[in-house]
Amino acid sequence: MTWGPEHWVGLALLAAATFALRLLGPWLAARVGGGPRAESTDALLAGLAVAVLAGLVVTQALFDGREAAGWARPLGVVVAGVLVWRKAPFLLVVLAAAATTALLRLLGLP
Amino acid sequence: MRSSHRTVGIADRISDRVREVDRTLLRDVLLVCAADGVVGLSFGAVAVASGTPLWVPVLLSVVVFAGASQFVFVALVTGGSSPLVAALTGVVLNARMVPLGMGVADIVPRTGWRRLVAAHLLTDESAAFTLPRRDPAERRAAFWLTGVLLFVLWNAGVLVGAALGGTVLASVDPGTLGLDAAFPAVLLALLVPALRTRADRRTALTGAVVAVAAVPLLPAGLPAVAAVLGVLAGRARSPRGGAR
Repeated sequence: MTWGPEHWVGLALLAAATFALRLLGPWLAARVGGGPRAESTDALLAGLAVAVLAGLVVTQALFDGREAAGWARPLGVVVAGVLVWRKAPFLLVVLAAAATTALLRLLGLP
Repeated sequence: MRSSHRTVGIADRISDRVREVDRTLLRDVLLVCAADGVVGLSFGAVAVASGTPLWVPVLLSVVVFAGASQFVFVALVTGGSSPLVAALTGVVLNARMVPLGMGVADIVPRTGWRRLVAAHLLTDESAAFTLPRRDPAERRAAFWLTGVLLFVLWNAGVLVGAALGGTVLASVDPGTLGLDAAFPAVLLALLVPALRTRADRRTALTGAVVAVAAVPLLPAGLPAVAAVLGVLAGRARSPRGGAR
């Protein structure tokens, strides 16, 4: 493909906007934080990250964009969930998830 | 993390504990960053194989440093979409940086160039490693360690992948290694210890349900942002510090 000026503009826009989004979170937090109710504000801010990470876990486990991710990946994440629940070490959780999914794919599961 | 030496001084015990936490943290962070490095390898290879000049994936990885949006940008641009549309799609994918950044705002320096560097190092991974920790020093250590290591290994992976773009390595699919399952597993393993109160658990559960329900309704990337509504469920029925 030919890389023209319009591609430069697109790349610069993506980089600048992503950086602005990264600065926006701490900036907003400083606006609402502090003061006598600081502790409940901190809990609220932490809650936002908890909710987003939970949302990422399930959407990454189940979907590729809007399409279902198949069976191998969700089953790998379920194995990880069971190990987390049994308080297994982090290393084991992550390797077991990847190994389960890789093995299921090797066996032909999508 | 447990010390059996009852007789050693308190200072020794604390420093033992910190060192041990650091070792565990370093090992866990290295594992995650290595997995990301492999994905970076595949990103560099795929980008070059689909026809971008070699420096495009390399530059994207340094200045954007957000994997999913880089993949989408390159796929759309090489597929013939307008670069503007490709960029906006990538921006939507990165909208989750705002709530994640609010969650780790306490460790971002108030002013100066360190604030800009810290912001650039904000990723799902650095936020997730920071979140379960409460001690400010541990939070800072987890954030910076994850951010810096991820930046180095991700960019190294992309550089090597791009250089090998035309060769057999370009056909290595992270899916064969199950890496697509490793990333949600990483976030899950880091999220669960952060769920200390019943309100936290309600927040996470509701966030997950909202995100899944939003998948058919919203463009890719926004369902995870819609999950912030889970906070409302966490707040409900927890009057002022209750529901511990």
